[in-house]
Amino acid sequence: MLVLVVDSSTPAVTAALVEVSADGVASRAHRCTVDARAHGELLAPQVDAVLADVDARPRDLTAIVAGLGPGPFTGLRVGLVTAATMGQVLGIPTYGVCSLDAIGYPAASGEPVLAASDARRKELYWAVYDGAGQRIVGPEVSTPVVAAARARELGALVAVGDGAHRYADVLDLPVRVEPRYPDATVLALLAAERIRAGAPGERLTPLYLRRPDAVAATGRKPVLP
Amino acid sequence: MADEPLILGIETSCDETGVGIVRGHTLLADALASSVEEHARFGGVVPEVASRAHLEAIVPTMQRALTDAGVTLADIDAIAVTSGPGLAGALLVGVAAAKGYALAAEKPVYGVNHLAAHVAVDTLEHGPLPEPAIALLVSGGHSSLLLVDDLARGVTPLGATIDDAAGEAFDKVARLLGLPFPGGPPIDREARAGDAASIAFPRGLTAAKDLAAHRYDFSFSGLKTAVARWVEARQRAGEPVPVADVAASFQEAVCDVLTTKALAACRAQGIETLVIGGGVAANSRLRALAEQRAEKYGIRVRVPRPKLCTDNGAMVAALGSHLVAAGVAPSRLDLPADSALPLTTVSV
Ligand SMILES: [Zn+2]
Repeated sequence: MLVLVVDSSTPAVTAALVEVSADGVASRAHRCTVDARAHGELLAPQVDAVLADVDARPRDLTAIVAGLGPGPFTGLRVGLVTAATMGQVLGIPTYGVCSLDAIGYPAASGEPVLAASDARRKELYWAVYDGAGQRIVGPEVSTPVVAAARARELGALVAVGDGAHRYADVLDLPVRVEPRYPDATVLALLAAERIRAGAPGERLTPLYLRRPDAVAATGRKPVLP
Repeated sequence: MADEPLILGIETSCDETGVGIVRGHTLLADALASSVEEHARFGGVVPEVASRAHLEAIVPTMQRALTDAGVTLADIDAIAVTSGPGLAGALLVGVAAAKGYALAAEKPVYGVNHLAAHVAVDTLEHGPLPEPAIALLVSGGHSSLLLVDDLARGVTPLGATIDDAAGEAFDKVARLLGLPFPGGPPIDREARAGDAASIAFPRGLTAAKDLAAHRYDFSFSGLKTAVARWVEARQRAGEPVPVADVAASFQEAVCDVLTTKALAACRAQGIETLVIGGGVAANSRLRALAEQRAEKYGIRVRVPRPKLCTDNGAMVAALGSHLVAAGVAPSRLDLPADSALPLTTVSV
């Protein structure tokens, strides 16, 4: 079963194709560009490119998996709206996976781990995973200091993810180099049971974790010089 | 008729999620979801609230439009989407959605200019637009006067507001008068019972010295301040505020300037067609005054019905249809959302 995976919850804009079979999930094609400001420009051409890489057409897809975040809102929505609209046209199910799981799950190796991505405003999106890679707390958004304290309480001795790299000093935990961003194959792996079972598609609701800044646009200014 | 291209349009530049479907100049569907009520208590559109609402609304709104038109995405010849100007985050949801639809259905996508779409929508009501024409676009986000030489390839800006948009002035004055947001409809309603000549509010940029540099520009900030001062003086004196008279006099000042400058542009360029679009074009006094004044000069005023004046998907589909008919090439898949897309760019 050919499955499209998209994630735009971090600066790594990702599109991938994976083959989901009875005994596993294998990567077929993968495009990832790290650019925090161009999610809207980058994602669709990358989806087009991975399809071309394996000589497939959109109608060959069986399902779409999307990272639900948490992540900066504007970029995050690009992946979710891309997945939702493609699923609608193709009449195929869409499945959501917490993007942090695709960092924390593959990083787990017997001991708890803190997975973190950058939430801007000097904060982190984070979750803590047990030794088997199951999320035990999160996703949450807070300062690195608060995240580090919670992680320690839960016995985490290591951190992973782009957010951990950025705030390594404050977290004061050893940082595992990989994965730095959500791993597309892992996103599919975490949805594989649903895909194989042909479970009903899910509405892709972003994990915003923050309320909108409720300040009205101060005068939608004239657009002409 | 059946061989004319079937075009879908997506609009998300502000607080309306719109999906329209047209065949040639015939409107087949105009589905709309609005987040306006979520913004009312802030007195203006909150960008993040609008963006979240677009994401939730796009799939069901698309479904509604397809059902209303009795077509599927496989039948569509091209997808047009507002790529700017507008609120950056809101635009991006529509642009990404259009690409998702285009990719999955293997159709071309056109990123188009929101303001040009406000002009193009009139073709759905009144047929092909004679070119050149003058267009007056007035809404909460924009107030522009344009020369439309070739709607498929470029329009020439003649003037624009130098401060507030006309619709913004309506919103602010409505708030002063204790009327709800958005301010256009309640002011229009109140004004019907008022005397438009009772208070002489200023007409911005109409004095001889201003006309030299700002012949076709607008200014509504001074008007808004004048209304605020007038109302506050009444309140301070403990007198009741004659809401209907203030609304009527304010509305008259706005409509007077808009129609005077728009018709002056028509006459200066020898152009016989004036198109009015944007949310403020739904104002009953603006429509009446424009028609009454234009008649004297033999100028034809074209204003689409109110539902097509405010932001919607049909206007984007109408412009897309015009571009396809004119043989304009589609956009690339890396097409960006551009919150400050210039008017001279009709499609990207
Ligand atoms: Zn508009």
